[in-house]
Amino acid sequence: MGEEDYYLELCERPVQFEKANPVNCVFFDEANKQVFAVRSGGATGVVVKGPDDRNPISFRMDDKGEVKCIKFSLENKILAVQRTSKTVDFCNFIPDNSQLEYTQECKTKNANILGFCWTSSTEIVFITDQGIEFYQVLPEKRSLKLLKSHNLNVNWYMYCPESAVILLSTTVLENVLQPFHFRAGTMSKLPKFEIELPAAPKSTKPSLSERDIAMATIYGQLYVLFLRHHSRTSNSTGAEVVLYHLPREGACKKMHILKLNRTGKFALNVVDNLVVVHHQDTETSVIFDIKLRGEFDGSVTFHHPVLPARSIQPYQIPITGPAAVTSQSPVPCKLYSSSWIVFQPDIIISASQGYLWNLQVKLEPIVNLLPDKGRLMDFLLQRKECKMVILSVCSQMLSESDRASLPVIATVFDKLNHEYKKYLDAEQSYAMAVEAGQSRSSPLLKRPVRTQAVLDQSDVYTHVLSAFVEKKEMPHKFVIAVLMEYIRSLNQFQIAVQHYLHELVIKTLVQHNLFYMLHQFLQYHVLSDSKPLACLLLSLESFYPPAHQLSLDMLKMLQSRLKTTCFSIQYSAFLNSETSVCEGAPISHQGNTVKNMLLFSNRFLETKL
Amino acid sequence: MAAAAAGAGSGPWAAQEKQFPPALLSFFIYNPRFGPREGQEENKILFYHPNEVEKNEKIRNVGLCEAIVQFTRTFSPSKPAKSLHTQKNRQFFNEPEENFWMVMVVRNPIIEKQSKDGKPVIEYQEEELLDKVYSSVLRQCYSMYKLFNGTFLKAMEDGGVKLLKERLEKFFHRYLQTLHLQSCDLLDIFGGISFFPLDKMTYLKIQSFINRMEESLNIVKYTAFLYNDQLIWSGLEQDDMRILYKYLTTSLFPRHIEPELAGRDSPIRAEMPGNLQHYGRFLTGPLNLNDPDAKCRFPKIFVNTDDTYEELHLIVYKAMSAAVCFMIDASVHPTLDFCRRLDSIVGPQLTVLASDICEQFNINKRMSGSEKEPQFKFIYFNHMNLAEKSTVHMRKTPSVSLTSVHPDLMKILGDINSDFTRVDEDEEIIVKAMSDYWVVGKKSDRRELYVILNQKNANLIEVNEVKKLCATQFNNIFFLD
Repeated sequence: MGEEDYYLELCERPVQFEKANPVNCVFFDEANKQVFAVRSGGATGVVVKGPDDRNPISFRMDDKGEVKCIKFSLENKILAVQRTSKTVDFCNFIPDNSQLEYTQECKTKNANILGFCWTSSTEIVFITDQGIEFYQVLPEKRSLKLLKSHNLNVNWYMYCPESAVILLSTTVLENVLQPFHFRAGTMSKLPKFEIELPAAPKSTKPSLSERDIAMATIYGQLYVLFLRHHSRTSNSTGAEVVLYHLPREGACKKMHILKLNRTGKFALNVVDNLVVVHHQDTETSVIFDIKLRGEFDGSVTFHHPVLPARSIQPYQIPITGPAAVTSQSPVPCKLYSSSWIVFQPDIIISASQGYLWNLQVKLEPIVNLLPDKGRLMDFLLQRKECKMVILSVCSQMLSESDRASLPVIATVFDKLNHEYKKYLDAEQSYAMAVEAGQSRSSPLLKRPVRTQAVLDQSDVYTHVLSAFVEKKEMPHKFVIAVLMEYIRSLNQFQIAVQHYLHELVIKTLVQHNLFYMLHQFLQYHVLSDSKPLACLLLSLESFYPPAHQLSLDMLKMLQSRLKTTCFSIQYSAFLNSETSVCEGAPISHQGNTVKNMLLFSNRFLETKL
Repeated sequence: MAAAAAGAGSGPWAAQEKQFPPALLSFFIYNPRFGPREGQEENKILFYHPNEVEKNEKIRNVGLCEAIVQFTRTFSPSKPAKSLHTQKNRQFFNEPEENFWMVMVVRNPIIEKQSKDGKPVIEYQEEELLDKVYSSVLRQCYSMYKLFNGTFLKAMEDGGVKLLKERLEKFFHRYLQTLHLQSCDLLDIFGGISFFPLDKMTYLKIQSFINRMEESLNIVKYTAFLYNDQLIWSGLEQDDMRILYKYLTTSLFPRHIEPELAGRDSPIRAEMPGNLQHYGRFLTGPLNLNDPDAKCRFPKIFVNTDDTYEELHLIVYKAMSAAVCFMIDASVHPTLDFCRRLDSIVGPQLTVLASDICEQFNINKRMSGSEKEPQFKFIYFNHMNLAEKSTVHMRKTPSVSLTSVHPDLMKILGDINSDFTRVDEDEEIIVKAMSDYWVVGKKSDRRELYVILNQKNANLIEVNEVKKLCATQFNNIFFLD
């Protein structure tokens, strides 16, 4: 397996922390993505490392018993430590506030605290086996104020910090999930829903395990991912991942099923809106894209892996410290190790080795793994860092060796222009709304974001087409067909074609003496009228006399009669003198374009004569 | 010529007069180099129609032409005589290839009057025929021959005089019967191409279709696309397309239109399993693709004879009103398999495209509004792209081209055209014709426009309506005022 084959990799610079051992406990906070290394209950030091801050926070705290859970509030303002099943201790990290610890006991009698989650810099939720309690922390008073609470039996809980949703598992089978949403001091209960458990043998009691549930935001929507080890339908073997869509309002709905076609131990990540499923037995991973077309059975869509299963790219543990001096070769890292712990969305932690990685998707290898260019484009256009890869796919499909057929090229162009048009429309309606003065009245009005998937004409021209037409070995028929296909696609999406694309067509036709073709294109207004184009045509008159007439027609259409006369008088001098037209007063504002056209025609003349 | 004579029967002169339209008297091709000595004159003659003419008369007629051309050359070495006017007929000379002369002799139209004593008196109308029209017809004869047979010289190289004579005989024997000299007019001078009006998007779709077809049928060298007998795309050069267009619209398409109208050989082939339903069929080549013995023979055409000299098979394939011409190199022999493949690829796509074009055309027609019968008729021609448009002519049938105006008016148009040819400058000519007709000719930067107005008591000022016409019908064209 060549290196170019791996499409998943661990980030180059992982967060490194002290390995977990009997005296050093390691904790991970999903909200701040921080790793806590607590030595001897904090007495000999706590080191906190996050993915962004390269300067770790370190401090000491008194050893008041075994730490069960430790987390900073957002922006690292307040530290919360759980040491008993009834209480949580707090310590301010705000300058000028007392750093003395203060404690909060859970309100519900006889309840045990399962854990806690920070929902803002001063708001915290206690999850107990009998419900949840939502507090506001008042650091200056060193006390907490209960905002709201809710009673229900809880088996386990899960927190998605991106969407501020806590999911509680209730009932005996643990499969009824109750979501709560938190925002600015409010807690709202969302409709509960049931996860359908697979039919299990009678001897074992079925139940929903916390390990089989994950929460993640995919394409801006919150999903609950359930790893079902056995399909409900007995005839299909292999595990599957069931995606429940959890909307802001309304009931949760089963939407997608990802077919894994294998059994064993799995772990889930979400990277760049792709669901990554790791399989420990085979030490490989597969990816799913719920936006790609799947099989829809009327209520849910079934998806298969986008690509064949591959291992994560082998990783060498970087050597730091004195070992680096001795020319010791880097140690290969054991991938898919049983000591790996996976967190959403894209985090892999090896507590035994002391590393935290972000999982990343590499797009370049995928280009060769997905032969269907239409599907490849659908896939790439949804990725964050797709621009250069897409442009390279375009160049590749026009290259001599990997030349795609015209229908395929047309499909690719259509997909590009579909995205491009969507953006142009959004821009336009934004501009219109701003003009209408709605910007103040409606806070929802946002300038559309230009993602990397928006490839405009200048991108395609600069990176793909201009180099393509220069290739001498390309049959000119193919070159023209490709250019026309791009122009057709732009027209189909009602995008105004830029003049330089027309120039490219004309240049190619003229180089191959295909004047009659050019004439026909102009006759049907495929090459839109423009002043630079009219000038270019005028300059071609000596090789193709009808160009004169075409040029005058074009100028007439442009409603510039005055300039027409000016041109008719001057055009004879046009080819000989570079200055005569440029200095002509009526077109001085056009000077630049005209100069360019002249340069072009001169260049052309050189090759011609 | 009986049919033509009957045609005049409805005229107001029918009671006393009989009219006989111009007719082909003879047509011959010769090369003076082939029989330079006395006694060998017969060798000069390569083709002679009518063949029944006695040998010595043939030799005499050829010799006369030769003498006229030689004689007039002394006065105008660069422009030898093009035609000779006599009382009874007119002779037209053309030298399409060096030393190869084509001559066409046309009898002037005749009016047969009854004199008082009841005897018929024949009167030749010497000034009726327009030189430009018939010279064009003669040139077209050569172009058509060349399209299907290549140049005279090539035949000489391939098989000497014998082969050339065979080819000329084979071609002109049939072709001359299709010359309808009585209905030749201005359009024959232009030899233009009618382009199908189309919006940009549909045009681009057609482009895309052609490019894809050329890619999947990789032996195709050139493609042409027509709709409703009007051209949309030509991969051939202009001059070759001009004559091919003439062949398609006056010969091939009309021959196939009748079975279409009659609903015979219904083109849907539902019986072919796995085959998408479509309306495609071959106009040249195999008639029935299911017949394993079907002949895959296509007409050969010759293009770019001045430089690359290419010999091609002409495949014409049609679905509904859309026709595509695929031209492939003559060295490649299309097999039945190829034809089936072409049918399965092109058929369905062309059917869809044809209905797209039809739909788009109807939308455009609706958008341009309900057209009131205009007060005028016009003929437009552009020398640059050979675009031609006429509201004077009805649809062409294989036999005659019908005009909706009186022949006298057509002659005026021809006269104006002759005037235009004499000068290079742009100009406008306004003629008051009989009854209430006005004829306006306008020439501007290699475009010509002829308008026939019929308005009661119209005066010269109202004739300026033409300007309005230019503004509405030709708004995208630059006319110098």
